[in-house]
Amino acid sequence: MSDHSSEFQQAPMESYLSKEAKSNTLSKSKVRRAKILGVIMLFLSAVVMFVLAPASAGIATFGLSFSDDKFQLEALAIPSTAALYVLAMVLAFLGGTQFLKGFQRKSTLILGISFVVFVISIMIWATAGQEFSLISMLVSTIARTTPIALGALSGILCERSGVVNIGIEGMLLGGAFTGVVMGSLLGGWIGLIAATITGGILALLLAFLSINYRVDQIIIGVVINLLVLGLTSFLTAQILVGRPEWNDAPIFPAIKIPILGDIPIIGPMFFDQTVIVYAMFGLVALTTFMLFRTRWGLRTRSVGENPKAADSLGISVSKTRYLAVVYGGMVGGFAGAWFTLGTVGRFDEGMTGGAGFIGLAAMIFGGWNPIGALGAALIFGFSDSLSQKLALVNTSIPTEFLSMTPYLVTIVVVAGLVGRARPPAADGQPFEKQ
Amino acid sequence: MELELRGITKAFPGVLANDNVSLTARSGQVLALIGENGAGKSTLMNILSGIYRPDSGEIVLDGKVQKFHDPGEAIKAGIGMVHQHFMLVPVFTVAENVVLGVEPTFFGNILNAKKANKEVQEISQKYGLAVDPKAKIEDLAVGLQQRVEIIKVLLRGAKVLVFDEPTAVLTPQEVIEFFGIVAELKSRGATIIFITHKLKEAIAIADSITVLRGGKVVGHADPKTTTQEELAAMMVGRPIDLTVNKAPAQPGAPVLTMSSVTMTDDMGRALLDDINLEVRAGEIVGVAGIQGNGQTELIEAITGLLPLAKGQIKLKDMDITGSKPRQIHRDGVAHVPEDRNEMGMIGSFTVAENLVLDSYYSQPYSHGVRLQRGAIDEGARILVKDYDVRPPHIENMASALSGGNAQKMIVAREFSRDVPLVLCAQPTRGIDVGSIEYIHEQIVRKRDEGVAILVVSTELDEIFALSDRIVVMFDGKIVATLNTSETDPTQVGLYMAGKNS
Repeated sequence: MSDHSSEFQQAPMESYLSKEAKSNTLSKSKVRRAKILGVIMLFLSAVVMFVLAPASAGIATFGLSFSDDKFQLEALAIPSTAALYVLAMVLAFLGGTQFLKGFQRKSTLILGISFVVFVISIMIWATAGQEFSLISMLVSTIARTTPIALGALSGILCERSGVVNIGIEGMLLGGAFTGVVMGSLLGGWIGLIAATITGGILALLLAFLSINYRVDQIIIGVVINLLVLGLTSFLTAQILVGRPEWNDAPIFPAIKIPILGDIPIIGPMFFDQTVIVYAMFGLVALTTFMLFRTRWGLRTRSVGENPKAADSLGISVSKTRYLAVVYGGMVGGFAGAWFTLGTVGRFDEGMTGGAGFIGLAAMIFGGWNPIGALGAALIFGFSDSLSQKLALVNTSIPTEFLSMTPYLVTIVVVAGLVGRARPPAADGQPFEKQ
Repeated sequence: MELELRGITKAFPGVLANDNVSLTARSGQVLALIGENGAGKSTLMNILSGIYRPDSGEIVLDGKVQKFHDPGEAIKAGIGMVHQHFMLVPVFTVAENVVLGVEPTFFGNILNAKKANKEVQEISQKYGLAVDPKAKIEDLAVGLQQRVEIIKVLLRGAKVLVFDEPTAVLTPQEVIEFFGIVAELKSRGATIIFITHKLKEAIAIADSITVLRGGKVVGHADPKTTTQEELAAMMVGRPIDLTVNKAPAQPGAPVLTMSSVTMTDDMGRALLDDINLEVRAGEIVGVAGIQGNGQTELIEAITGLLPLAKGQIKLKDMDITGSKPRQIHRDGVAHVPEDRNEMGMIGSFTVAENLVLDSYYSQPYSHGVRLQRGAIDEGARILVKDYDVRPPHIENMASALSGGNAQKMIVAREFSRDVPLVLCAQPTRGIDVGSIEYIHEQIVRKRDEGVAILVVSTELDEIFALSDRIVVMFDGKIVATLNTSETDPTQVGLYMAGKNS
C-alpha cells in the first residue's frame, strides 16, 4: 500500500512544476496524519515522564518462571524510576523524529513500537515496589487469544467464500452451551464434538438463508446471535439451574509436551496448554494451507472474489459457499467449547462476552488472512490478559479503567490500520445464477 | 470445427429474444454477428455457451447435435466464450485464473503452481500471446487481461471461440494487436464468432457477416462487397446516415478559456499539464486521445469536480476557477458524463426523477422543501417526447432503459438547459447506431444554436464526424490542435500515440 509512501520524500520534480504546484503535491492530509502520530507519541512520552516516573519508587520485579518449572529463570528486577525515564526518552525521540521528519512507510510500525514501549512503562509503574508474574500473564495471553483467533478463522472461512458471518458470537455461545451439556453427560471429547456440530448447524442456517433465499447476511447474523443468546439463557434457567450435574463438565487439562515444554518462557506459553489451544494453532496453519495451496482454497477464494467468473468455468458457487460456511461454523462452535470445556467447566448466560465480535475485528485487522488474524487476536488476548493481571497487583488504576484496555487497544489498532485491509470483492453479495 | 445453429428460439416473459435463428460458422473463418443492443446477440451466445437452454432448435458441432445443461458442458464440447466483461479474479495471478476449474494438482487437491505456470506459458508461446503467468490480473492492462481470457478458453481445448464485443474496452493499438491474435487463431483452424456493433471492424476482420434484428436473422453480407451504410440499414431496419451533416461552423466569442491549467495526483504526478484551450460559441471542439491521457480530468476540472493545482478557467468573462460544481452548473455548464451509469443517472430512480436530478431544488420542481410531482412529471413527459426516449414511460426505473435510451435521457436533461457551454464525454459509448445518429444530430443542433461544445471521445470516427477543431491529448498534455478539414485520422492517430510527427 502506498498511503504512507513518499509523503516527505523530495521526489524528483519535473521542471514544469512550479513552486506552488510542488507544495501542493505533498498531500496535506498525509502530512497532517504524520504530524498527529508524532504528537501522540510525544504525548505518551510526556505521560511516562511527568506522570508515571515521578509516581514510581523502588524495584519492579517480573517473574519469568513458575515455581515448578524445570529451568528457573531469575526474576527480572528493574529499578522503576530510572527505567521509566529511559523509556520516556525513547518515546520522545521516536515522537520527535516522527513529528519533524516522519518515518514514511514505517510510521505505522513505529507507532506500534511506541505503544509497546508505553505498555511496558505502565507495567513497570504499576509493579514498582512489587512483584508481577510476567510468565503467568503471557500464558494466559495465549489462552485468551484462542477463542478470538478461532472466531476470526470462522469469519475468514465464510467471508473468503463471499458470505458475511457476523453470527460468530452466536456460534461461540451455542458451542459453549452444547459443549458443557454433552461434556457433563458424556465426557469432554463428546462435548467438543457436540460444540463443533452446533456451530455447523448454525452455519447451515446462515448458508441456507443467504445462499438459497438471498436473505441479507447481516440480518441473518444478528438473528443467529439473538437466537442463541435467548435460547441458551432460556435453557439455562429452565434446565441447568435444576440439574447442576448437567452443567459440570470436565475441563481439558493442560498437556505438557516433553522437552519443548521445559524451555523457559516459550515452554509454558506454547507447549503446556490444553488440546483446544493446540488445535487453534493447528487449525490456523491448516486453514492457511487449505486456502492458499489447495484446489479447494483457490475455488473458495474465486467464489468470494468473482462468483460469475467461477460459475462460467463450471464451478458451483452455492456448493462451494455451503462447504466454506459450514466449515467456518464448525470452527466457531469448536471455539465456543473453549469457554466451558477449556476453562471453567460450566456455562453462564452470555459468557462469551463479545469474543465473537472481537474475532470479527481480528479478522479484518488480519486482512482476511488466518496468520494475520492470529497476530491481531494475540494483541487482543494480550491486552485482555494484561488488564486482568494488573488488577491483581496493587495499583492506583481503578479496575473499571483496566478492563477498558482491550477496547482502547481496539480503537488504536483500528485508527492505525483503517482502510488498509481489503475484503474479498464479492463479500456479502448474494450470487444469482442467470 | 464447424458450428451450426438450427432454428434457435428462446422466449423470455414478454420478449421473444431469439426467433428461429440459424447460422453457420466454419473452421478457419471469422463470422461476425452484428446487431443493435437488444437484437438477441447476447441471448444467442448464452445459449451457445450453455448458460441458457433454447426453447427449440439445435446446436450442431461437426454434424453432431449437442445439448448443454451448464457452461461446463459447452466448454467440454469445445466452445469457449470471451466475455465482454472479463470473467477474471483481479487478485489472482494469470496462471491461477487460467487453471481455475481445471487445476493441476498433487494428490488430487494440492495445487501444482509450477505446472499451472508451465501450461500457461505453453499456450502463450504456441499462439503468440505473451503474458507473465505470475503477474496479478489487477496489475495488467485491459488488452493483456483479454489475452488471459483467450488463453483460458484455449487451455480448455476450445475450437470455437466466441468474442463478445472484444474491442469495446481496447485502445486503438490493442485493437490492432487483437486483430493479429484473431488472424493467428484463424490460421490454426479455430472457428471464430465475433459479436460486435462496430461495423468497420466487422468488415475489416470477418469472412462472413450475419445481421440480427429483433431476435431474427435479417440478412447476411459479404464483407468484401458490403458497406457500413448497408450493414447499418440492415441492423436498424431503415436507411442510416453515418456521416453527420453539418454546415461549416460560425465561431463567435470565446466561451470556455483554460489557461495553464495543471492538476496533480496525490503522488505529485501531473494529470493535466499546462492545458491551454479555448472553445468558442457555435463550434464543436473534439478532444481525441487514448483513454487515460487526462480527458477525464479535463472534464472534471471544468465542472469543478477535481481541484486544480494551478491555472485559470473562465466561462465567458467569469472566472470559475475553484467554484463549487453546483455553482459552475448554474453558471451555465451542461455535462454529459463519460460513464452514464456511474455519474449520469441513478438507476433505481424513475426517468422523471432522473430528468430533474440537476434542478429538483429549484422552481418549478420544488416549493420550499416540497417536491412538485406534477411539475416534474409534466416536464419529464415533454423531454421524453422531444428527445425520443423509448419506451416513453416516465415512471419506469432508469435502469430499465437500454443504453441508448438512457443516454438520450441524460442528453435530454443536459441539452434542454439554456447554457453557453456543453461538455459531452464519450457521448455514444456502447450504444446502438440509431441512438448514435440521434445524439450526433442533437449535438450539431446545439452548436448551430450558438452553444460552445467540447466533445471527448476515444472513437476517432466520432471525433472526425463531429468536430470543427480537434485537440489531441497525450499524457495529460494537449499535443496538437488541428482544424478538422486540414488533418486526417492517421495524423491524429500518431499524435494520440505520443509520436510528435
